[in-house]
Amino acid sequence: MRRLLLPGLALLAAAALLGLLAYGVSNQGTNSSIDSQVAHGHFPPAPDAHLALPVLGAPGSKTLAAFRGHVVVLNVFASWCTPCAAEAPILEREQKYLAAHGGTVLGVTYLDISSDSEAFAREWHLSYPIVRDVNGKLVHSLGSSGVPETFVIDRQGRIAALRRYQLDAAWLQQTLPPIVAQAS
Amino acid sequence: MSRRTTVLAALATLALMSLAVPPLAVPPLAPSPALAAAKPRASLTDIENDVMCPSCRESLAVAQSPQSYAERDFIRKLIAQGLDKQQIEQALVAQYGEAVLARPPARGFDLTVYVVPAAIVLVCLAVLAIVLPRWRRAARARLATPLAAGPALSAADARRLEEDLSRFDA
Repeated sequence: MRRLLLPGLALLAAAALLGLLAYGVSNQGTNSSIDSQVAHGHFPPAPDAHLALPVLGAPGSKTLAAFRGHVVVLNVFASWCTPCAAEAPILEREQKYLAAHGGTVLGVTYLDISSDSEAFAREWHLSYPIVRDVNGKLVHSLGSSGVPETFVIDRQGRIAALRRYQLDAAWLQQTLPPIVAQAS
Repeated sequence: MSRRTTVLAALATLALMSLAVPPLAVPPLAPSPALAAAKPRASLTDIENDVMCPSCRESLAVAQSPQSYAERDFIRKLIAQGLDKQQIEQALVAQYGEAVLARPPARGFDLTVYVVPAAIVLVCLAVLAIVLPRWRRAARARLATPLAAGPALSAADARRLEEDLSRFDA
């Protein structure tokens, strides 16, 4: 029995290390459960809806929950991202449509210097609210792995559609009207 | 002129001189921007090795993504403003979160980065402390034990051995 003690302890330590490694890797990875739920028509509630994120270039903060009852096109972007620059005028056009129908685009800057984000918003004349996700908490809970990514959140606060890469005007024009038409 | 008058005159002269001479300029506590620009307190190379490019999850020293270029520009601006390495790292955390630090803070799951290697070394030392004395004792015991003697010689073999040895000696 005593002869098995040391190898047993070594095996236990190795298993603990492997478990730790697996936990760390799983925490770093992306979460695709939202994608599969949306694809199957089960619209999950937007995570971390009560997380207060600082407003870009202004005092105060905003939460997703504050937009409950409105359709929100949540766009994760960064000023250094070329596809984000291509999306900006499309989103600004869509903001006008949404504003007229009880909705808004909500920009979320991620992995970006705040002054650069402000310059980006000025350059593209963005009129919609923009918040900063400095620690990436909201972005990670949305299963995001990079920028740009876009989530359409319906009036009940559920993720009704998403795009993990650069969006185009056609996708928004096809996706938004049925969601906007839904009653709260 | 009495001695008292001379002293009064000297004091008056000193008072007039102190009014005429402007006070010595007090050096500023913080370096002026121009001075700071002339004497950087941190280097990009030094900081690059200790921070990450969070979008590419690799050291900024080797990262080549668009985000890494923006991050380097930001660091250069802060160096030009005269900030030291610690201040620049704090500014980077304010922009990118703690994921920008190559050495994560010692709390939560990140604590394992510091605890696990130390624990492994301690466990290895403990195992060696237990096992090494045992190995040494076993080795000493092996050396102390005489080699096992072979079977006893028969009378005929003993006689033959004696004869061979005496012949050899002769």
